[in-house]
Amino acid sequence: MSFSKLTRRGLIKTGAVASAGLALPTYLRADGHSGFTNAPQGDTVTLGFNVPQSGPYADEGADELRAFELAVEHLNGEGDGGMMQTFSSKVLEGNGIMGKKVNFVTGDTQTKSDAARASAKSMIEKDGAVMISGGSSSGVAVAVQALCQEAGVIFMAGLTHANDTTGKDKRANGFRHFFNSYMSGAALAPILSNEYGADRKAYHLTADYNWGYTTEEAVRSSTEALGWETVNAVKTPLTQTDFSAYIAPVLQSGADVLVLNHYGGNMVNSLTNAVQFGLRDKEVNGKKFEIVVPLYSELMARGAGQNIKGILGSQNWDWKLENELGSRYAGTNAFVQSFGTKYGFPPSQAAHTCYVQTLLYADAVTRAGSFNPCAVVEALAGFEFDGLGNGPTLYRADDHQCFKDVVVVRGKETPENEYDLVEIVEVTPAEQVTYAPDHPQFAGGSLGTCNAGA
Amino acid sequence: MDAILLQILNGMDKGSAYALIALGLTLIFGTLGVVNFAHGALFLIGAFCAVTFSKILSLSHVVIDESQKDFLGNPLKVEVPYIYDMFGQATGDVIIDWAVPLSLLFTVPVMIAIGFAMERGLIKHFYKRPHADQILVTFGLAIVLAEIVKYFYGANPIPTPAPSAFAGSFDFGAMLGFDPNTIIYPYWRLVYFAFAAVIIGGVFAFLQFTTFGMVVRAGMADRETVGLLGINIDKRFTIMFGIAAAVAGVAGAMYAPINSPNYNMGMDFLVLSFVVVVVGGMGSLPGAVLAGFLLGILESFASMSVVLETLPGINQIIIYLVAIIILLTRPRGLMGRKGVMED
Repeated sequence: MSFSKLTRRGLIKTGAVASAGLALPTYLRADGHSGFTNAPQGDTVTLGFNVPQSGPYADEGADELRAFELAVEHLNGEGDGGMMQTFSSKVLEGNGIMGKKVNFVTGDTQTKSDAARASAKSMIEKDGAVMISGGSSSGVAVAVQALCQEAGVIFMAGLTHANDTTGKDKRANGFRHFFNSYMSGAALAPILSNEYGADRKAYHLTADYNWGYTTEEAVRSSTEALGWETVNAVKTPLTQTDFSAYIAPVLQSGADVLVLNHYGGNMVNSLTNAVQFGLRDKEVNGKKFEIVVPLYSELMARGAGQNIKGILGSQNWDWKLENELGSRYAGTNAFVQSFGTKYGFPPSQAAHTCYVQTLLYADAVTRAGSFNPCAVVEALAGFEFDGLGNGPTLYRADDHQCFKDVVVVRGKETPENEYDLVEIVEVTPAEQVTYAPDHPQFAGGSLGTCNAGA
Repeated sequence: MDAILLQILNGMDKGSAYALIALGLTLIFGTLGVVNFAHGALFLIGAFCAVTFSKILSLSHVVIDESQKDFLGNPLKVEVPYIYDMFGQATGDVIIDWAVPLSLLFTVPVMIAIGFAMERGLIKHFYKRPHADQILVTFGLAIVLAEIVKYFYGANPIPTPAPSAFAGSFDFGAMLGFDPNTIIYPYWRLVYFAFAAVIIGGVFAFLQFTTFGMVVRAGMADRETVGLLGINIDKRFTIMFGIAAAVAGVAGAMYAPINSPNYNMGMDFLVLSFVVVVVGGMGSLPGAVLAGFLLGILESFASMSVVLETLPGINQIIIYLVAIIILLTRPRGLMGRKGVMED
């Protein structure tokens, strides 16, 4: 009979192995294994909502968070059910996701890629989040999407508009409901041509980062295809607050349209400066000078105040869609009713896309019958749905981008209240904004294969 | 030629803001010897004084209008400003329209009070501490103040328009014989430039032609001797801190229509204003003003597309580049005095 003796060396070895085991992220520990990362244990499932809670997009992040909370309420059978009543897929029953009560944790992206990755990582490793959603910037979306791919969880992007999110930086585990720069250009160009004529000279001011470049490229190629000439395109620093030095030379260039490829505070300030310089009161080349903002946001429109009046732009969704354009956009009123009753004001497009993404994830899990990311990817890729406010929509399998109608809007001349800032000019059908998966603006990168993680 | 004139004009209003902030900064440094990194936050608070005053003027009570519906289909709640009840709608609209200039009446006392509170409550405890400590504590204070503003007003910019009488722009091109629309400049920026000139002139006149100013200047030159004469120089320096805060505050309030205020605007100006002070010469009031305008104009020139095509990215580094060159050739800055920050 022999007894194993406890030696100093053995103790150190055992201690080291135990410590390493404890230090491992939850999704790599044995108790988390069910063939995929963060397989839900017990009767709950945790979702991670990663939104800007501080920094320049904190207000947009707050609206996203409101929508996420509402979606979780509806999934858990509380409230009036919102868009679950109008959603074309009827598998969600208000009993959580596959009978598991939905819990959520939140992270602060700060609209910084490194901070967003850190908060997403923490939600995956410490809180056991099986899906990450949210965000208000393409830089953040691309960074968090890559992290989710590595970790083996699903990423349901929030507000991200750059082509690259579902272009060169696309990932199998990532899905984008929001529209993109190409779609803005394709939707806007015909309307710009109708409203302002085919013989126009455009001057672009472009935010000096990835989203700015893709938006400029998209709007330039779409407008030039219709006969417009681009006389100049100037990059502006992201940190710029006073754009007067960039706007003053616009009239000297002979341009009669200014395209502001800016978002957030950049957009508010550049538009305010352009209006202060009286550009919209000028006549150039015998035509009235016009300003275009390719990507609109209700919150930014509020920041721009009076200056937004008459400015054309594009949106992913608008809370007035169903009232003005009928039942094709069913789901809009149900969501506005739920959100408005709970919070006292209509939802932004950022809130809408986050709410929809949460329902779509829950629906995909339920249809797949599994939280396994690869099963979810299979259920979402190529999924056609309706009743979530945008009309018939396809989650294309080739790039995990949603294809749906794009709303072209204009700053309202006589708003009836502080939320009635834009009027819907036209809705461009999905077919007109659809492109081939190998379109040059989306070249490079590949989806790869889904990663189920542990 | 017209492009050059245009960029000079452009640089003037930004230079005005730099000069006004830098003037206060250098005034505080010259009198109290404190490197005040919270000075940008005073500019921010000034801008939000204008926002607050606009909101006060627009304070409303709710009237239910059964004939209109809100977004949920309920009877519309119409907000009627109290000022309409007091003065009638026409006069009320005029008062609301002129909220920004009128806000100066509110901004000045508020900023002086904040300046006193800041100096007495925090900064005086750091007079004898190293500059590094002063920078750390005032920078921390700047962050705290910005976060407080964000807590109450949110992260989005808040539109604060100039009076409608100053909407639009003036066509200098047509006046100077160039083609129309080649040199245009917004009326409110012209107002801002004139306002800055008056404030800067006022501060200089106050220091130059009043007994109080003479004592302060004497204190700046030799604090100890002035104290030995039985003059309470600390009290006067505290008052100067309040005045410097008020200068930054009114600069911020009048700047609100140029760029919609947001919680981060103080930081945007702070670093550049420090460069302005260093380039102008620590403690030199004329140096701060000169450097403010010089760097504002240079920044505008660097943003011209013809310059950017030749030297991409120059617009983001021009101020720092000039600062390096000036400090290498004139280590005390353009108009710096011997002995300041050289111990």
